[in-house]
Amino acid sequence: MKPFAFARPGSVAEAVREVSAEPNAVFLGGGTNLVDHLKLGVARPDLVVDVRTLTSRETTDTADGGLLVGAAVSNSELAADRRVREHYPVLAQALLAGANGQLRNLATVGGNPLQRTRCVYFQDVTTACNKREPGSGCAAVGGYTRYHAVLGVPAALPDATAADTCIATHPSDMAVALAALDAVVHVLGPQGARTLPFRELHRLPGDDPSRDTVLGHGDLVTAIELPPLPMAARSTYRKVRDRASYAFALVSVAAALDVDGDTVRDVRLALGGVAHVPWRATRAEEVLRGGPATEHAFRAAAEAELAAAQPQPGVDGGNGFKIPLLTRTITATLRDLTEGATS
Amino acid sequence: MDADIRLTVDGELHELTVDTRTTLLDLLRERLGNTSPKKGCDHGQCGACTVILDGERALLCLALAVAHDGAEITTANGLAPEGELHPVQQAFLDHDAFQCGYCTPGQVCSAVGLLSEVDRGWPSHATADLTSDPELSDAEVSERMSGNLCRCAAYATITPAVQQAGGAR
Amino acid sequence: MTDLLEPRAMGRDLVRRDGVQKVRGTATYAYETPVESPAFCHPVQATVARGRITGIDTEAAEALDGVLAVLTSENAERLASTDDAELAVLQSPDVAFRGQVVGVVVAETSELARQGADLVVVTYAEQEHDSALTVDHPGLYAPEKVNPSYDTDVVQGDVDAELAASAVVVSHTYATAMVHNNPLEPHASTALWDGSSLTLWDSTQGVHPDRKAVCTVFGLEEEQVRVVCPYVGGGFGSKGTPHANVVLVTMAARALPGRPVKLALTRQQMFSLAGYRTPTIQRMQLGADRDGRIRALTLDVVEQTSRIKEFAEQTGVPARMMYTANARRTTHRLAALDVPVPSWFRAPGECPGMFGPEVAMDELAHELGIDPIELRVRNDPERDPETGQPWSSRHLVECLREGAERFGWAGRDPRPGVRREGRWLVGTGVASSVYPTMRQAQSTADVRFEDGRYVVEIGAADLGTGAWTVLPQIAADALGVDVDDVEVRIGDTRYPIASVAGGSSGTNTWGSAIAVAAREFRGKFGTDPRDGDEASGQVDQADTDDEHATYAFGAQFVEARVDVDTGEVRVPRLLGVFACGRILNPRTARSQFIGGMTMGLSMALHENSVWDPRIGQVANHDLAEYHVTVNADVGDVQAHWLDEEDPYVNVMGAKGIGEIGIVGTAAAVSNAVWHATGVRVRELPVTLDRLLTALP
Repeated sequence: MKPFAFARPGSVAEAVREVSAEPNAVFLGGGTNLVDHLKLGVARPDLVVDVRTLTSRETTDTADGGLLVGAAVSNSELAADRRVREHYPVLAQALLAGANGQLRNLATVGGNPLQRTRCVYFQDVTTACNKREPGSGCAAVGGYTRYHAVLGVPAALPDATAADTCIATHPSDMAVALAALDAVVHVLGPQGARTLPFRELHRLPGDDPSRDTVLGHGDLVTAIELPPLPMAARSTYRKVRDRASYAFALVSVAAALDVDGDTVRDVRLALGGVAHVPWRATRAEEVLRGGPATEHAFRAAAEAELAAAQPQPGVDGGNGFKIPLLTRTITATLRDLTEGATS
Repeated sequence: MDADIRLTVDGELHELTVDTRTTLLDLLRERLGNTSPKKGCDHGQCGACTVILDGERALLCLALAVAHDGAEITTANGLAPEGELHPVQQAFLDHDAFQCGYCTPGQVCSAVGLLSEVDRGWPSHATADLTSDPELSDAEVSERMSGNLCRCAAYATITPAVQQAGGAR
Repeated sequence: MTDLLEPRAMGRDLVRRDGVQKVRGTATYAYETPVESPAFCHPVQATVARGRITGIDTEAAEALDGVLAVLTSENAERLASTDDAELAVLQSPDVAFRGQVVGVVVAETSELARQGADLVVVTYAEQEHDSALTVDHPGLYAPEKVNPSYDTDVVQGDVDAELAASAVVVSHTYATAMVHNNPLEPHASTALWDGSSLTLWDSTQGVHPDRKAVCTVFGLEEEQVRVVCPYVGGGFGSKGTPHANVVLVTMAARALPGRPVKLALTRQQMFSLAGYRTPTIQRMQLGADRDGRIRALTLDVVEQTSRIKEFAEQTGVPARMMYTANARRTTHRLAALDVPVPSWFRAPGECPGMFGPEVAMDELAHELGIDPIELRVRNDPERDPETGQPWSSRHLVECLREGAERFGWAGRDPRPGVRREGRWLVGTGVASSVYPTMRQAQSTADVRFEDGRYVVEIGAADLGTGAWTVLPQIAADALGVDVDDVEVRIGDTRYPIASVAGGSSGTNTWGSAIAVAAREFRGKFGTDPRDGDEASGQVDQADTDDEHATYAFGAQFVEARVDVDTGEVRVPRLLGVFACGRILNPRTARSQFIGGMTMGLSMALHENSVWDPRIGQVANHDLAEYHVTVNADVGDVQAHWLDEEDPYVNVMGAKGIGEIGIVGTAAAVSNAVWHATGVRVRELPVTLDRLLTALP
């Protein structure tokens, strides 16, 4: 680990100024991802600016009936919040499906969506990774791809040596729920405060896999806003993983469903563990809206969403299983929500 | 690069100059001689370094010391005065809820933390009904203790030990 | 036959003597040894899988304020012995596997040591490497022996004729994954070289074997080296023999005389430097008559070793003695690859070697329409099929019967894939367990009367097995005194020589030595000794009778549930019944049994070191990606045992219990998953992707 300077300024604005002024500066929140990466040599900042005690640790009701969650609220606190449990159960469940109790107590709401991929090659500085070292290639292609993307990747097998190749997935569970809930991100940047839809926060690798989000240098997430969404009271998060707890998702599904009789009035659907971003399943939503609330229809919607899915071959059998797994998990999750609706 | 911090560990105040890179775990183990929290993975993947940090269970390996100036830490060794045991520790002895002992201080602190979380009505992944307060079922204990790996695999005795301590609250 | 000790303390449910220290965290493990002003080490590892170092630039590291030494193959001391290639650390520029140690940085703090290691620049002439194990690898060869000294191949009878005469033949290939021991305490040490002698606080399963290896490698006399290890944070075999880290920390200490140095491998480093279990490929044939009597059994095993050092896992060995067969063939073939050095991992041989055969038995039972328990009963041999010797005791059938009773096996519908409870497909499975009762060559114990108590000293190790607690129980009965009047001291080469805690032999061997010492003591000093009276006792294959086949047996039962949508597997019930001779302390014994069974569950469902042959390393080399079972994976785990005492094995009548728990579990899990789903998973681990396509 290389040495770095540490600062804890007196205010959020000052923190943004300090990071903006130093090209190789980073914000420190709960530290559960950054400190991991400092040790691995994945992150090599010159300056670490601690904002954990600067941003808000409050969750407040908004005028329109939603919630404004301060960036320093811990993952545990947010999951335990009665308002979240009642009105946004998908979010509480997603938070509780992530990491373990000790980490959730440290991890912040602002930091969680910004955690970086668990791609084993990204984390190993002795292997090629365009995300960590732009232009070095992608060791994941044809490697251990069990936890890698099947959505948002090119139709053809990626070129491991190309500078734009990246098949990593976003690891956050919370972010999948936020994508489904149409959350809004509050950002303070060098140019001042702004908001952006959570769904626009993360980006596909495009021509620069090193950038996970659209945030610029010095942009600090200060809060996450949950808009009112009455249908989210009937929502759920289903995470499928390789052990019963304390593991990253193979696939996950965040869903909210509004059923009128046998018809889907409205639906929110987002997928985790399958793309470079928390994947909002808009195609499936379109297919579902106004259609029958049947297992057959759910499956058809899942298949529509996954039509462009691209399995990645690899050393342990690849990740092609994720496509049927996801189809089945989406179908089951919507079915369970429907059964909950009628019971 | 160095920084000055104050830290209370098991009731004792320390004023220290630390390398900004130093984690609370290395600070305790390598500078303060407090080796109750263990290093099993150093990356937040095993739970062996679990302590009570400012009132909540937390891992020390991913906490930079410099970022926790003023913190209060209770390790497993600080849970009870010398010669006595915390009810969780006694329950671990009663149930033989460990073998090699390396993950044990972390397991103990994690159990202390989770009992407090349950008391405050915090839910877990195992909580079926999020709108009500969770009961301390075996499934709840197992889920909440899942951040503490035990390679000797004493899980089947850890869960009843936590239940015993929970019942004695 | 031996005169068994009268059990008074033995068999009692005593609480661990080291329990308070462990629940408080004050038990001191190797790295934690309090020493004055320690220096810290961080290894530098090779980043190619095969090649030769062409240059090492240590300038930046050495220029770092606080760096005390940078050792590489260019400046490290020449070792006295490089016979063990794994321990020939920094002796040549050759790289034999990715992750091999190519240097070490010693510094004032651990942060500086790590930073220094990052600054060392090594350049390589990379060579093509070969690191992928395949069943038809062109380099497959027959080792001379398999671990530790079993015959590589054993053929009895006319296999082809018996197969041809069989009414039913089950013929499949099974595979177990590469798995890493991953004790929670990393391989770690504190070392101090004072210019002429070495003190090594090392995390080891045997202080004396550890010392012997260090003395050989460095050309030191045993009097010059003291190894201390009161507590071991798990080992499961990986600390049974020293690995490169022990040589490295000793080198660092010798480079800085008078300065204690500390080295702990990182979790990631443990995936290349601390041993592992080879993947195994098991081609298996079982031929039987309609009534289930086995006519032919063949097991041809393919596995790997490293190019620089051979370790041949004895996977085919349990199939030689487990069941009757008119004809039998078991063989082992190895590929020597550019991979880290494999080694012992809990029940080497038996653990992987009871996967294929015990799943095959389940398949045969299904083919024949015979209950899998009944099939095993029908093939229970009266004598050891391999040697013809009588068993010292063999109660496998009783284990199966009692387990069936406790588990509720009766009335089980044998059809697969027909039980559903809500979202779960439900099934049950069974498999047998076995582990040989080995006795190590040498152990010595001293008994001394001191301040009205009996002090027993022996260089034994407690890896969580309970030696701190159980050895006093044996000593008390051997001396005929109350257990509270006995103090046992272990984990230091200052105490008499003890064998390694391995092969489930520790307690038996050390206990036997203690019994001899107690007898000597009583013979010399009677029952009214004076302060300072002391006697020594030694065993050499203690009480060995070579006329019996000595094994422990068991039966394991599993309930598996498979999510009908996702294929996720849960195991709410594990139940084992074991016949292991006298149980010396039911509390610590139960922990060992359920710990072994749960580790077997972990092997069945989770553990898989995914080898990336393109770069030559384990891709998922940390505890986030290499999954071991967590608490939520574990439900009701029960271990029971038969009331057995074996008069042929030792004066305690006890067999080893540390390893048998992990033997057979994975097969029982796979068999239960098949019963739940109809999907036969012959390759571990049983992950959801292997089930998905066959789900409704």
